[in-house]
Amino acid sequence: MDLLDFARGPALVFAIVVFVLGTLWRLVGVLRLPRLPDLSPARAGAPSNRVAAWRAILRGMWPRQAFSARTHYVTLNGYVFHTGLALVFFGYAPHIAFVRRVTGVSWPALPDMAMYVAAAATVVSLLLALALRVTDAVRRRISGVDDWITWAIVFLPMITGMAVLIEPSQAILAREHTIFRGPLAVHLLTLELLLVWFPFGKLMHAVLFAFSRGATGVRFSHRGVST
Amino acid sequence: MNNIKTAAPAFDKQGDQGDAQRVDAAMHSFVREFGVTAALHMESCVHCGLCADACHFYLTTGQAKYTPALKLEPLRRAYLREVSPFAPLVRALGLVRKPSITDLEQWQELIYDSCNMCGRCTTVCPMGIDIAELVRGARHGMFKAGLVPERLALMDRTARQWGSTATPGEDLPDILAEISAQYGVAIPCDLPQADILVTAAPAELGEHTKALADAAKILNRVGAKWTLHQGGFDASNIGFNNGDVELQEKLTRALVDTAVKIGANTVLLPECGHAYGAARWEAAKWYGAALPVRVIHMTEFLDELLASERIRVKKIGATATFHDPCQIVRRGGLEAAARRVLAALGFDLIELQDHGVTGFCCGGGGGVVSNQRAAPLRHKVFELKKSQVEATGAAHFVTSCGQCRITLEMGAKQARWDKKTESLLELVADNLAE
Repeated sequence: MDLLDFARGPALVFAIVVFVLGTLWRLVGVLRLPRLPDLSPARAGAPSNRVAAWRAILRGMWPRQAFSARTHYVTLNGYVFHTGLALVFFGYAPHIAFVRRVTGVSWPALPDMAMYVAAAATVVSLLLALALRVTDAVRRRISGVDDWITWAIVFLPMITGMAVLIEPSQAILAREHTIFRGPLAVHLLTLELLLVWFPFGKLMHAVLFAFSRGATGVRFSHRGVST
Repeated sequence: MNNIKTAAPAFDKQGDQGDAQRVDAAMHSFVREFGVTAALHMESCVHCGLCADACHFYLTTGQAKYTPALKLEPLRRAYLREVSPFAPLVRALGLVRKPSITDLEQWQELIYDSCNMCGRCTTVCPMGIDIAELVRGARHGMFKAGLVPERLALMDRTARQWGSTATPGEDLPDILAEISAQYGVAIPCDLPQADILVTAAPAELGEHTKALADAAKILNRVGAKWTLHQGGFDASNIGFNNGDVELQEKLTRALVDTAVKIGANTVLLPECGHAYGAARWEAAKWYGAALPVRVIHMTEFLDELLASERIRVKKIGATATFHDPCQIVRRGGLEAAARRVLAALGFDLIELQDHGVTGFCCGGGGGVVSNQRAAPLRHKVFELKKSQVEATGAAHFVTSCGQCRITLEMGAKQARWDKKTESLLELVADNLAE
């Protein structure tokens, strides 16, 4: 068993187990906490809790106009790296092949060129996010260990992935044997590191954001606050 | 901008608890704050810092310590150590330090002096975190620890004794008789039976007596059967602001129980933002069941009277701009009602650059108006509002919260600004048509 076999075997199983159990543990651990019913009468015309929650989840996708001038940099940069990460992970043909090998599920891939652009934009965007966190007094003041670890853990798979981007995905998929086994193993291990860290740090916002926004939407829609 | 300097960090202490006891009291209270919503909000922060860009205290000082997310730090540590799903791991590995007495003392300024609990940060947060509500949770712990600005603590002690920060209940009949005589309007007090229990803000029994007289004028005009009552008359609820949950419950129950006692179907709240937050949205929590009476704000009341044509008003026919009180609009949902009343008065409304749900706080909410040591910071915030009002060029500057009016009047006095802040209620009363 070489490093790639290890990454594709026990390390992958370990990472997925930690990811799934850790995420469930954290989510259930929060959702099992007591919830006080709001006994105040709702504003006339207030939507149902379900509608209020969904509205808030969708409303949170873009900033209010009042804040756009001051927040456009952070907002746009956030859009770039979130979209870029999603495109690279779910759209790149070798990634889809990897998922198919593990789960049996697959979907059409995006063109390589789109992936190269997305990956480059994501890397630049992550570097800009880091620069802002280092140079801006507010971000520096509120940053903790989780912020630095999470940034590194997201950045590593991008860099190690680009390091093995040497030929078109068709060529990679057509080959029966993997070349560059060492670099590919490192790339896979960085992804597994991300999965292991996910439940413990702020990456968990990928799951929690919907619950958090939804809860606020329910609270204020009940009061008739316009979104 | 003027040259006012930000107040030096300061803290006050009440009681004779030792430091360890204070920390334990705060921690115990912090931990009790976490139901599912507060926990979801505490878990979801990604430290993007956007909340700073919405906070008037940060925007007017440029000081990173005023970042709203940072104000939650003691509460966050308590959550991670004691409540979060990984709390045992966090404690075992010593990953998060327990807040110290020094931390709590230092955070007093951030939690009380530089946060109005206005919730503007909530509207910018991409995770939808209700930071203002979490700050209120933090205040509960600070109160238990005896770490509240002394001016607010003094008001708290007064309200615990009198049921009001303004006056003991037994003096209410005399005060109302004086207001009645001054303005020539009947103000019933302690009627054994009435349909509407009318409540007041402390200022309406002091410097804003005209507002109370004007409310009486309108109520009498529509032939309402109403009264103020010694049993429950002050709706401002200092417990809500200070973090004194026992007082909040006591004051809330006084209003509801008095209303039930006199057979009222409605509790009419004054032009006061925190009264609305405490009574309209939280009273049922303290009462333990759906309220047996309807609770409405003065602005809603005026809006309903105008819509039903029980009162009519003369058109003023001038330009006006409106300051949206945070607890009534952003956290209360009454954005449209005030604008309908302004339209009925014939105002040509010129909105502030930031208005409605994203309007800036006056700077006095959350008890900051009463916290004297926060005055320099509050005056800085006032400059923001002043510049936006001036930019409209409107002839009238109107609001629907007495506490906002006091804050804006104090700010104007300090800045030598001659713009008067007008009460929506008083404008309606002054322009009643036959």
